[in-house]
Amino acid sequence: MCFRCLSNLWVVGSAIAANQPVLRVCADPNNLPFSNQEGQGFENKLAEMLAGQLGARLEYTWWAERKSFLKSSLEAGRCDVVMGVPASLASVATTKPYYRSTYVFVSRSDRNLHVTSLSDPRFAEWRVGVHVVGDDYAPPAAVLARRGITSNVVGFSLFGPYNEINPARKLIDAVAQGQIDIAIVWGPFAGYFAKQESATLDIVPVMPATFLTIPFTYEIAAGVRKGDGELRTRLDNAIASDSAEIQRILNEYGVPQVREE
Amino acid sequence: MRPTTECLLSLFAALLISPASAQIQNQPDDGQWTMPAKNYASTRYSTLDQINAANVKNLKMAWSFSTGVSRGHEAAPLVVNNTMYIVTPWPNYLYALDLTKPGAPMKWVYQPNPTPASQGVACCDVVNRGAAYYNGRIYYNTLDLQTVAVDANTGKEVWKTKMGDINLGESMTMAPIVAKGKVIVGNSGGEFGVRGWMAGLDADTGKIAWRAYSTGPDSDVLIGANFKPYYRSDRAKDLGKNTWAGDQWKIGGGAAWSWVSYDPTLDLIYYGTSNPGPWNPEQRPGDNKWTSSIFARRPETGEAIWAYQFNPHDEHDYDGVNENILLDLNINGKPRKVLAHPDRNGRLYIMDRTDGQVLSAEPFVYLNTTLGVDLNTGKLKFNEAKATGFKTVRDACPAPPGGKDWQPSAYSPKTGLLYIPHNNLCYESQGTQANYIAGTPYVGMLSRMYAGPGGNRGEFCAWDPVKAKKVWAVKEMFPAWSGALVTAGDVVFYGTMDGWFKALDDRTGNLLWKFKVGSGIIAQPVSYKGPDGKQYIAVLSGVGGWAGAVVAGGINTVDGTAALGFTNAMTDLGKYTTKGGLLYVFSLP
Repeated sequence: MCFRCLSNLWVVGSAIAANQPVLRVCADPNNLPFSNQEGQGFENKLAEMLAGQLGARLEYTWWAERKSFLKSSLEAGRCDVVMGVPASLASVATTKPYYRSTYVFVSRSDRNLHVTSLSDPRFAEWRVGVHVVGDDYAPPAAVLARRGITSNVVGFSLFGPYNEINPARKLIDAVAQGQIDIAIVWGPFAGYFAKQESATLDIVPVMPATFLTIPFTYEIAAGVRKGDGELRTRLDNAIASDSAEIQRILNEYGVPQVREE
Repeated sequence: MRPTTECLLSLFAALLISPASAQIQNQPDDGQWTMPAKNYASTRYSTLDQINAANVKNLKMAWSFSTGVSRGHEAAPLVVNNTMYIVTPWPNYLYALDLTKPGAPMKWVYQPNPTPASQGVACCDVVNRGAAYYNGRIYYNTLDLQTVAVDANTGKEVWKTKMGDINLGESMTMAPIVAKGKVIVGNSGGEFGVRGWMAGLDADTGKIAWRAYSTGPDSDVLIGANFKPYYRSDRAKDLGKNTWAGDQWKIGGGAAWSWVSYDPTLDLIYYGTSNPGPWNPEQRPGDNKWTSSIFARRPETGEAIWAYQFNPHDEHDYDGVNENILLDLNINGKPRKVLAHPDRNGRLYIMDRTDGQVLSAEPFVYLNTTLGVDLNTGKLKFNEAKATGFKTVRDACPAPPGGKDWQPSAYSPKTGLLYIPHNNLCYESQGTQANYIAGTPYVGMLSRMYAGPGGNRGEFCAWDPVKAKKVWAVKEMFPAWSGALVTAGDVVFYGTMDGWFKALDDRTGNLLWKFKVGSGIIAQPVSYKGPDGKQYIAVLSGVGGWAGAVVAGGINTVDGTAALGFTNAMTDLGKYTTKGGLLYVFSLP
């Protein structure tokens, strides 16, 4: 249903807003550094930039990014774009990736852990924090589990209490406050929240970069509905035309970036 | 004095000699339907017999009612004091319909206004499994974790108690029961890393009397001095904590999202708990107690009396939440107080409900993930070849929705048979699908489900719980995702996802009547006596739920792994039904 009427929506939007088209984006209202309702996240800034490139007015539908988020938002026609999805996500059509980040090790600098690899034997002794994403642990925990390291792995739910500001930050706080020895966390969380801690934190990319076909680096893109090739092409062109500005925004938010292997 | 005592003694003797009249499955029936499972024993058996195997072919639609809600309708209508009560999926309206007037016009509607965000938390459609009537009030749960008491006459809210926080990934979908003045309710959210619990609220005030967690130290699980599980291995201290690695029990699942039964004589409630989290079993070594388990507790205090784990260290999403039907049967020639529990793992458990001993656990569906239950130790024996994790496993049966999911069975004291609506699904599983939540990429389970042997995705069968044998079975194209109803008229009713409401002969399984409704049926049929003295059969139509999310949620069928892998098995459902909530009521002309 939505596939067929997309171009019409674009036109209708134009008619309402004084001939200016509308870029409709679904985003999480409370998920820094990616997005929040005040527009302070880097995906907010990137969406603004893309809307500017398309000469469109940016319009948000706020929806918590949980399981069934895509079904309720993009697929339900509440918006036409979702920022920040893995480029290999099968359920949507994705644009060219605009950054590639990695899971990272985060520890207090004054601990001098100098960790470089998941095979470091000290992981058996450290208290290791990971995010729990739904009922999945963050991918690096699978490597530790395969080595029998589970009882000292502590899950921090991404979900909650979600009504508090920045629920994801608790994991970084736990490192800074010494409740855990090391966190293994998705790069953008680490880069952004580490800057806000009073303690200095070391951030090191997780190595090896894959294990048992599980990647720890991901290319990130914007998602549109499958079949919405026209919008995807326009977004691809916008991404390509201002890569310098994209880099500036990512650097400002401390997003750890890795090159493609 | 003396004659009275003698009288009592002889009565007592009579009861001993002919226990049939006192059997728990022979429940009194006033023609009303006051709780989803009909009675505390959860038999879903109606003694009404105007509609019978000979005349059911004449059954006609009497009236209907649109709920105005289009998601999956799983609830049982209640009938009390000539009023019918219906709970809808989110936004969880409660309708009261006046059965004394032609066409049963609406008396009132109660709208609890649950927060829209709670839709994003429910794993598998925004369903609700119904309400319970007690002492002039209707009790039910909203998706955003409010337990409400509503005056059955006026529709006015009497109390509302917040039971949890949807922001933690919890929700509520189960139907409460009221036992000994306590409203028994539990949470949903096993897919969201929640910690499961069951709670008892004071029916008068809504005050929380107790809350028993499924995981954690004994003090949190309400295990104390009176806890006497049958198997020795279950008697150690703090198993809800010590069968986990580290602190994992704090987010280990074990939600109590389904049915509760009650034995007033033993004063025990029975209910099951959901599968453990995280999904990858390699990351949670240990038995992960008390997930995928059954608890027997005191309704007033929540104190655990016994427990048993159906699926230790579950690897296939086999929740232990399915219905427990309370029966007094002769097993191996001895009268036993048992419960019958058709588990997600595909085995029909007959357990002694006084102490939790497993008497039998035979397969009611094709399965290969387990080899049997050791009746000496109570341990489930696994087929290691079908173990999951971050590797590919093919042809594991049953699939995650189980040999049977939440859809409740019925039992007829007349035939002595259980009537079980169930699935016939297998699956393959890989741990390598890119996924994301809230900006965080990760690898989730890639699971695809498909029909099991025979090609039919569902089945409706009759099962002899004494002989532990299937008596007859009817194949269904789609999973049989509705509840069952059986009556003293020797008719058993259920609905199909492609929208047929069916009546079968309860002894042969022969199809006696069917009626095409507007949308697929995943709800619980009921039978009641109207103010005109006639017998009626009522059922909600409105496809959805986990199995029907492909239609109710408008899921794109290009991605077979959507709806946690169920979409792959259901891609054609949209050709057979569309969504929409409607109540259908039938009677003889």
